[in-house]
Amino acid sequence: MSTTAIDTPEAPEAPEPPAPPPGKRSRLPDWAAGNLLLLPTSVWFVILLIIPTLLVVAYSVGQRGLIVPVKFSWGNLVWSNYRTALNPRFLPIFWRSIWYAAVSTILCVLIGFPLAYWIARFGGRLRNVYLVLVIIPFLTSYLIRMYAWQFILQRDGLLNRVLGDIGLGGNHIFLNTNFAVILGLTYGFLPFMILPLYASIERMDKSLVEASYDLGHGKTSTLFRVIIPTVSPGLIAGVLLVFIPAVGDFVTPELLGGVKTQMIGNTIYDQFTSGNNWPLGSAMSVLLMALILIGVFVYVRRVGDDAL
Amino acid sequence: MSTKSALRPRYLKLHAVLVFAFLFAPIIVLVVFSFNQAKSGTDWAGFSTHWYSVLRHNEAALQAFRKTLKVAFIATFLATVIGTLAAFALTRFQFRGRSGYSTLIFISLVIPEIVMAVSLTAFFSRLVHVELSLNTVIAAHVTFCIAFVVVVVKARLSAFDNRLIEAAADLGANPFQAFLRIVLPLATPGIAAGAMLAFVISLDDVVITSFTAGPGSTTLPLYIFSSLKFGVSPSINALSTVVLVTALLLLTIGGLYSVRASRRGVGAIDATTLG
Repeated sequence: MSTTAIDTPEAPEAPEPPAPPPGKRSRLPDWAAGNLLLLPTSVWFVILLIIPTLLVVAYSVGQRGLIVPVKFSWGNLVWSNYRTALNPRFLPIFWRSIWYAAVSTILCVLIGFPLAYWIARFGGRLRNVYLVLVIIPFLTSYLIRMYAWQFILQRDGLLNRVLGDIGLGGNHIFLNTNFAVILGLTYGFLPFMILPLYASIERMDKSLVEASYDLGHGKTSTLFRVIIPTVSPGLIAGVLLVFIPAVGDFVTPELLGGVKTQMIGNTIYDQFTSGNNWPLGSAMSVLLMALILIGVFVYVRRVGDDAL
Repeated sequence: MSTKSALRPRYLKLHAVLVFAFLFAPIIVLVVFSFNQAKSGTDWAGFSTHWYSVLRHNEAALQAFRKTLKVAFIATFLATVIGTLAAFALTRFQFRGRSGYSTLIFISLVIPEIVMAVSLTAFFSRLVHVELSLNTVIAAHVTFCIAFVVVVVKARLSAFDNRLIEAAADLGANPFQAFLRIVLPLATPGIAAGAMLAFVISLDDVVITSFTAGPGSTTLPLYIFSSLKFGVSPSINALSTVVLVTALLLLTIGGLYSVRASRRGVGAIDATTLG
């Protein structure tokens, strides 16, 4: 549980016993020591995370200014930014972001689960080598990996060349398609799925599988009724670790996509740069945050938060 | 294909080979073509290190590289110190309000990059009126790195055997000594793994950096990103290769360190700690 990268606030702590009071106690009581050690974190986060986020929330009900980007006043809350953010011009972009991220997440599960399972169960002595092979792309620059796909998928890129050489036509358009963006997202976030899945498969008690066979379950039934429920903590962490960054991604649609495949991340970027409409961009940011928080909440509630 | 056969080791192995090929093919293609003599495209015109010597004289790229390293080192250091303290507090002490802190850390993990980027630019330029510079970039990087350090160090610490502390106390160590001589050495691989993760994440960031960087603070990802607007070029392949090799070197050093640490009986950086 503790190796999964996401920790919900309401999740109970790992079963670590509280430090038992031996003969000598530390001079500071636990609450004082804990709060003291967390002081730098909370100061940093309040100043550079909470206040800036609240600022964006405030800007989302502000007004475009001529000299300053946003004019905000309590007496004049402008709700129309939200209406604009959800109008027929921008709403499809939200939907597109969600379905791109959802499809990529599903693909990551389908590709990642068998691999994680194989490494954990059949990796043998080379298990750590295989894990390193997953970690290397995970630690390799996302930007550069997307650039590599751009290089491969472009009009005179490697893929068209190979397809041309084997007689399948070398003039396909790959960039700026749904295919390219979903491919990029899946490729980019696949290690985020494999690592937590591996962690929970590896911890799974093998005798559970044997017991299931002994009790007359077939392979399919064992997969769905024993293996998948047992590894669900890793699966849940993996789904969150892929979906959340994918839905708000900027780099992939920017490098592999175009106008037709714009996602919400690019749209917000534009509003704060070339579009120069900070209130609209802020409203979109708030909607994106709400989407993710509600999504996480509902998902965790449905699949059980004990898993996190 | 039925699930029955899908879970057979032979098919799983084939699947694994294909996935590894998928994961590495683009990276390998990029590296190979950085040694291509041709000016553009995928025509192979012979092996050449031409683009690397071009790169060596590209002052803008070199400067961006130096700035990236500077940001990554400082941000990693700060985030590691702050995050490690937090992880210690969250695993070693029982107190009310812990869930509040966990919520803060959780928010920083799930907040979309683009939202953090625009909120920080609004904060720096409109609320506190700080000029955007390398310092604002560092501050932003620390903000998104802290949580990763906390998660990794916490994972390491929760596997910690509390009896070791009791043993130390029984043997006459005061809490401070026990911390310094027992807890810290045992947590070091986790702290190192957390720092490594923070470093590579900082090294790679585009979105948040682009919103918090001032005119003179172009980092390497920003440099690469803006060069891509003019299309794919072999010199970017070469630059990317340099970045990849740097990250790999770092990973190797970290890996060797963790192997050595585990030989000393301290315990390896569990690969899963990074997940």
